[in-house]
Amino acid sequence: MTIDQVPLVFPFAVPPGSDLAPEFARLREQRPVTRVVLPSGDTAWLVTRYQDVRTVLSDLRFSRAAAEAPGAPRMGNTRPGPDTILGMDPPDHTRLRKLVAQAFTARSVERLRPRTTELATGLVHGLLAGPLPADLMSGFALALPMKVIFELLGVPFRDSGPLHDLTEVIFSLAAHGPDEVRAARQDIEAYLRRALQRRREHPTDDLLTALVAARDQEDRLSEQEMVGFALILITVGHMSTANTLGAAIYSLLRHPRELATLRENPELIPSAVEELLRYNPFTLTGAQLRVAVADTEIGGVTIRAGEGVIAAIGSANYDAVRFAQPDRLDLGRLDNPHLAFGFGVHHCLGAQLARMELQVALAALLGGLPATLALAVPPGELAWKTGLTAQALVSLPVAW
Amino acid sequence: MTAVWQVSVEPSRCRGSGMCTVIAPGSFTMAAAGRSAATAPVVAADGAILDAALSCPLEAITVTDLGSGKRLAPED
Repeated sequence: MTIDQVPLVFPFAVPPGSDLAPEFARLREQRPVTRVVLPSGDTAWLVTRYQDVRTVLSDLRFSRAAAEAPGAPRMGNTRPGPDTILGMDPPDHTRLRKLVAQAFTARSVERLRPRTTELATGLVHGLLAGPLPADLMSGFALALPMKVIFELLGVPFRDSGPLHDLTEVIFSLAAHGPDEVRAARQDIEAYLRRALQRRREHPTDDLLTALVAARDQEDRLSEQEMVGFALILITVGHMSTANTLGAAIYSLLRHPRELATLRENPELIPSAVEELLRYNPFTLTGAQLRVAVADTEIGGVTIRAGEGVIAAIGSANYDAVRFAQPDRLDLGRLDNPHLAFGFGVHHCLGAQLARMELQVALAALLGGLPATLALAVPPGELAWKTGLTAQALVSLPVAW
Repeated sequence: MTAVWQVSVEPSRCRGSGMCTVIAPGSFTMAAAGRSAATAPVVAADGAILDAALSCPLEAITVTDLGSGKRLAPED
């Protein structure tokens, strides 16, 4: 049998630490919309070309709400949930997103830059004072986004350890069973309910208080929507940024010439961040699975109502039709409309915050650590987490 | 009488998130270089346009009520 007849098993298996699966390039060329079998056992259409991925992400006939319905095809054991912004379509999605959109605008995020710089510099000082090799994952790439989002939400950093461990469980694709995922989710929700209740009694100026005010004073969201929103903010708000920052640092360490150029030309950091977002080779799946609510043609294939669709963001970001020399890490790339943050109504709420954190993080690392910074072990010896929607480093040992 | 709004997208701010073109598809279009543009500079008041403007992460969309001169988006 040929590739045309058998649904491929998705996500594609790649050795830990390797680049984007080669299947994506072949599919973009030969079969840009193809059937795949998911870890859940369900099937879906995998869309791999840049333009088609953008269409799936922006055409509301590919619904996130329908993907949360009972019986809908699913990726694995975890879904964001129908009461979260990730599980909704407009107008519900717009209603919820507007509640906190102001906190995540470019303008609001700029106000957090000095404090983020302070936190990043403090972490770099900690690394310099500590033993070598230093772990840039736990000591930097994970610590910085957690500190930033925890302060924004008003959650004490001392609770970050268990909250991070629970987040890893609910982010897993197949590494944890449904019962374990459900229990982890209940634990985080219970924690957040207590934190939200404390804001009811003692309002402050943090984001949890803003959610409580929108619920109690204006009735703009339900109790479960409020908890779900807090859950998305605290989980996605640190895990995605941490994994992306880890991947960005790793990519730079694997490209010493580009790293040296960036160190000498820090004004390139904003475009370097965009390029590292595009280049991130560790995306295994892509955007949250959508379900078609009407028969819709895409890339010459008719997707029937009720069928699942996966927009392969990583593949889109390597589409040579849109990006010149996509396999090349070009930190000065000017024309770079990558889809790392998605596209359309679900475009990452925290995109501007993540951009700022990545810029600050790279500036602090390159400015604060000696120019001899390098991986402390051969790349092949790095440990990677498996069973997630993206490859993620267990640790990133470096020395200088 | 329906209020009349002035709508504009500042191209230097727009990062092409695609939020506005999906929330208010008739009122915004993705123009060259992946930047959004308003399809008409002056329009009848429309909640979807305000939703799109208030959802824009770059606050690139300005909506002004021409009758009162009041800026509706971005919020201060």
